[in-house]
Amino acid sequence: MRVALFIPCFVDQFCPQVATAMVTVLRRLKVDVYYPPEQTCCGQPAFNTGYWEEARALARRYCEVFADADAIVSPSGSCVAMVRNYYPELLNAGVAAPVPGASHRAAGTAATTPEWQRVCANTFEFSEFLVKKLGVTDVGARFPAKATYHDGCHALRELRLKEQPRQLLRRVRDLELVEMDKAETCCGFGGTFSVKFPIISCAMDDVKIASIQRTGAEYVVSADSSCLMQIDGYAKRRRLPIKTISLAEVLAAT
Amino acid sequence: MTASARQFIRAATAKAANPGHRAILENNIATYDTAVALGKTRYASWENARSVAAQIKWNAVNHLGLYLEQFERAVVKNGGRVFWAETAEDARCYIVELAQQRGVHKVVKSKSMVSEEIDLNAAFAAASIESVETDLGEFICQLRGEPPYHIVTPIMHLTKTDVAALFHEKFGTPLTATAKELAGVAREQLRRVFLSADMGVTGANFLVADTGMVALSTNEGNGRLSVSLPRIHVVVAGIEKVIPRLEDLAVLWPVLAQVGTGQTVTSYNTLVGGPRRDGETDGPVEFHVVLLDNGRTRLLADVEQRDALHCIRCGACLNACPVYKNIGGHAYGTTYQGPIGSVITPHLRDACEWSHLSYASSLCGACTGVCPVRIDIHHHLLHNRRNAVQRRFDNPFQRLAFKAWFWAMQDATRYRVASKLARLAMRSGLALPFLKPWTQCRDLPVPPARSFRDWWRREGRDGPPGRPNSSGAARPAGAPYQQHK
Repeated sequence: MRVALFIPCFVDQFCPQVATAMVTVLRRLKVDVYYPPEQTCCGQPAFNTGYWEEARALARRYCEVFADADAIVSPSGSCVAMVRNYYPELLNAGVAAPVPGASHRAAGTAATTPEWQRVCANTFEFSEFLVKKLGVTDVGARFPAKATYHDGCHALRELRLKEQPRQLLRRVRDLELVEMDKAETCCGFGGTFSVKFPIISCAMDDVKIASIQRTGAEYVVSADSSCLMQIDGYAKRRRLPIKTISLAEVLAAT
Repeated sequence: MTASARQFIRAATAKAANPGHRAILENNIATYDTAVALGKTRYASWENARSVAAQIKWNAVNHLGLYLEQFERAVVKNGGRVFWAETAEDARCYIVELAQQRGVHKVVKSKSMVSEEIDLNAAFAAASIESVETDLGEFICQLRGEPPYHIVTPIMHLTKTDVAALFHEKFGTPLTATAKELAGVAREQLRRVFLSADMGVTGANFLVADTGMVALSTNEGNGRLSVSLPRIHVVVAGIEKVIPRLEDLAVLWPVLAQVGTGQTVTSYNTLVGGPRRDGETDGPVEFHVVLLDNGRTRLLADVEQRDALHCIRCGACLNACPVYKNIGGHAYGTTYQGPIGSVITPHLRDACEWSHLSYASSLCGACTGVCPVRIDIHHHLLHNRRNAVQRRFDNPFQRLAFKAWFWAMQDATRYRVASKLARLAMRSGLALPFLKPWTQCRDLPVPPARSFRDWWRREGRDGPPGRPNSSGAARPAGAPYQQHK
């Protein structure tokens, strides 16, 4: 199986260590990985801001860059949700009438090509790939700390990944995993929302961080580095003793 | 930026920076959350109940004309009158003129968001007709001279102490009065009004097409007093409130109560079937139903977002929304607050003036997750954003920035060079003036000197020592990539 790495622009530029950690874990599990160098961005910033024409061109580009991969793995729930849940609608220019019981996201698939559909369906978030595709929960990691897990909204609600990251974390040696009361509450990042409405965004961050602090955890772990940048940025400004770390880095640690 | 957007940012910023306000909302919503979680355990499958509710509303909305006409025929047969109001103005005029013609001096109102939408109290006041809100929360809003804070819980932002202070000022009750005593004072005030009112105005939770009945749910019994004591009953409701059959209430009543308040069913569920008939001893002499469009047919014509008309105004999406929990209901400046309000307001009012609300969301999807009639709420916020850009309501600087960004993202070399320059600018501090919206309340990470793709090209491809990686070479470096035509 040839597994392509989809490294979102954000991770590529701001936190490459998250991507290298993912590579370390996959190689430890004897997975053949490669990085298609033509990849850039999935188009989510444009899509979420309303620039669908631009996003559509990048969606097509993504589907062609990754056309010959058996599977595509990415260390971001948000970007994978963009590809798997929103590309079908985006790649279908027409509008389909909603029918009861089915959202019109699904209705969009008719006009996309089978190759594109296959690429979208074969794109996986890292923890999802490990647990659902490889059937692995113990990746041989050791991380001696007390940590709590933050559910990124798109991993949780778009990809329905609640248990997979926790299953992986529970098998990490010397890691004490504690749940926070607001694990599913948004951290306030939301892409351009965080800079269009910074005060609302930071108020949401404040709520999140209070919940993290109540656990007494040293680390907050997440599958989405953008959430972690938001949490870390606010914690640092307030000089709060919270450390952020990506799920991939925890799983890479030995 | 539109005037409404400026007002929104000012009000939202003030509330978001007020932890006391947030604590009150958090406390009230925590009580709600507990009740809802308990309530769900009463369902064999809550997800199935949602699906059935969504299908009932889908059927109603997608055959709206059919069911509305059926409803009208049934109301007329029962002895009532139906008025089709295209605009808020039409609805206001009909109701106020009716009141004037019938010599009405005093009106009692049961809680109705549509009456807020058409600003009915102001119209009554302009015609020197006294109108009194009879829902306790709405009564308090009216005393304070402010609009409801929440679709279902109009005074979610107040504490018992706030209400005691208000009643002390208005009615001279002691500041130490208990909740029960305060409710007693309100009851005493309202009973007098009920007995002397000439007209009762209510909304409708559902309009039942096959029987021509109006379904009203209240927790205080003020709804049924408003419909049974005055001689005239006027219902004002949005056209999307119609449901096909009486038996649909078997699903919709409990579903509404479950997500609205966590109750099994609301305390008082009233079905109003028209005016007093021959031989009956009570009930109104006249029964009018005002069916309001006011932009709803625009939403109906939008195939993508038509399901926003499924909304039963339960308020669940507000209670789930992390933005609402921080900025509260008044900041929106709309009749319908929170996620559903941000979806429908650009359709009901002006699309350009209110497009900012669709951007005031982190798209976390909590709203969609709780909606009992399965409206794809956060997805519609994305649709609104796309529509705003297509109609060029967007800021020209933003448009230019995305054009430049898009140019860079279409090609890996451009992307690599542009991002390297951006990283350099950030590392040297040159980019800081552009990052102010981020840095005003958060620190920014210093980007690394080397990106992942640089690492991969130099050393990552071959893998760490002792760990062969055959695929790294499977696709030759620099293999041509076919540009999509």
